[in-house]
Amino acid sequence: MNRFDYIRPTSAAEAIGAAAQPGSAYLAAGTNLLDLMKAGVGRPERVVDITRLPGLDRIDWLADGGARIGALVRNSDLAHDAGIQCRFPAVAEALLSGASPQLRNAATVGGNLLQRTRCAYFFDTASACNRRAPGSGCDALQGENRLHAILGWSEHCIATHPSDLCVPLVALDAVVELEGPGGPREIALEALHRLPGATPERETLLGPGELITAIRLPPEGADLASHARYLKVRERTSYAFAVVSAFAGLELDGPTIRKARLALGGVAARPWRAREAEAALEGAAASPATFARAAELALAEARPSGDNAFKIELARRVLARALRDALAGTPRRLAALPASPFAPPTGASHAA
Amino acid sequence: MSLSLSLNINGRPRAIDIDDPRITLLDLLRERLALTGAKKGCDRGQCGACTVLVDGRRINACLALAVSLDGAEVTTIEGLADGERLHPVQAAFIRHDGFQCGFCTPGQIMSAVGLLAEGHAGADPERIRELMSGNLCRCGAYRGITQAILDAHHALAGAAQEDAA
Repeated sequence: MNRFDYIRPTSAAEAIGAAAQPGSAYLAAGTNLLDLMKAGVGRPERVVDITRLPGLDRIDWLADGGARIGALVRNSDLAHDAGIQCRFPAVAEALLSGASPQLRNAATVGGNLLQRTRCAYFFDTASACNRRAPGSGCDALQGENRLHAILGWSEHCIATHPSDLCVPLVALDAVVELEGPGGPREIALEALHRLPGATPERETLLGPGELITAIRLPPEGADLASHARYLKVRERTSYAFAVVSAFAGLELDGPTIRKARLALGGVAARPWRAREAEAALEGAAASPATFARAAELALAEARPSGDNAFKIELARRVLARALRDALAGTPRRLAALPASPFAPPTGASHAA
Repeated sequence: MSLSLSLNINGRPRAIDIDDPRITLLDLLRERLALTGAKKGCDRGQCGACTVLVDGRRINACLALAVSLDGAEVTTIEGLADGERLHPVQAAFIRHDGFQCGFCTPGQIMSAVGLLAEGHAGADPERIRELMSGNLCRCGAYRGITQAILDAHHALAGAAQEDAA
């Protein structure tokens, strides 16, 4: 790990002032940043510890029924919050399908949004990587790339964004609240992460020193609460990143879909909202044929970036199954293996 | 860069000066405070051998900067027993042979203590396995580990009932 100056501001203004200097990095739990620093991928000259900033570790319920989730709320606290489980259950399901309990106890919501890709070539400083070292090339293109992007990638970068949490959040129209040198502003989560294009090193819309202070979930997302699921296919059932994941949320009017929200994870450099597929579902009858058509539309632009054509068909199936699961209804209690297609019924598994 | 921090470690307040902000909680415990129970396995948050409780919650000590935890309460495997009397989770690991080589065991036990305090698994072995997935055991002692945690769950639930009575 490189040497750095450690700063622990007590106000957002102080933090932003320090972090606006080139070479600075914000530190919350550090579960991703320290990993990157140990690998030599992250080499900040100045680490700005935001864990003592006041008021960022709360979940506030807004008058309109929406939720404002402070950037420093820990993943496990968000996942086990009774209000979140009741109104935005897939947020809890996605969170609990990711990482390990130790990491969830530490990792924050803001850090989850800003976590870096787990592309092995990004992590390996001996490899060419345009995201880490602009202009150096992309060793993933000719390398081990079966888990890489199938949507929105470019010849410069085929990495994916690894977050589970972001998948339901982007479908639920989450808004990211920011504070920066120029004051506060807010942007849609859907716009936060950039697609790589020719500049994969520019990963988000954040400017120098800009700090995520909260994520806001609009109240409309709660209309889907009784039919909202997150489904995640992994190479092992626990403590693994998604090969492909999907969020599906439905609001039903008898047999007819009044509202649909869909997003995919593990397929692109951003959580991937499937708006055309949503539009095709709304007003249609909820049926396997409708779901299959929506899945086709969601992946219409997909193309393999390497040895990963299987992910396109897998994503269609995961999305269609997430829709079937959503139609069947949100379970009262999360399965023992959250978001897993292999989850056995609780208590019915083999004895210890 | 000299930094001062105060931590309560296993019930004992400690004032600690460190000369380098890069020191993780794990390195602080092992290299500066001679608390070598928490193990350095992967040092990247993947194996769980370094698991300790910080303010009552299990975390990976290898992925936390010590200086950032200024003021926290830390419990390591060394702080679990009451004198010669083992913590119920320690006793259950012995009873059920929840280890072979023992390297991952301090992390397994601290993780299990955290799991039981969180209270989301109940007596469901599938939930226990899922909520212990942050702790790897190279020897594959998972069967004994799961049994030990189930046993400790029942022991602690029984003790809580007795206390209530």
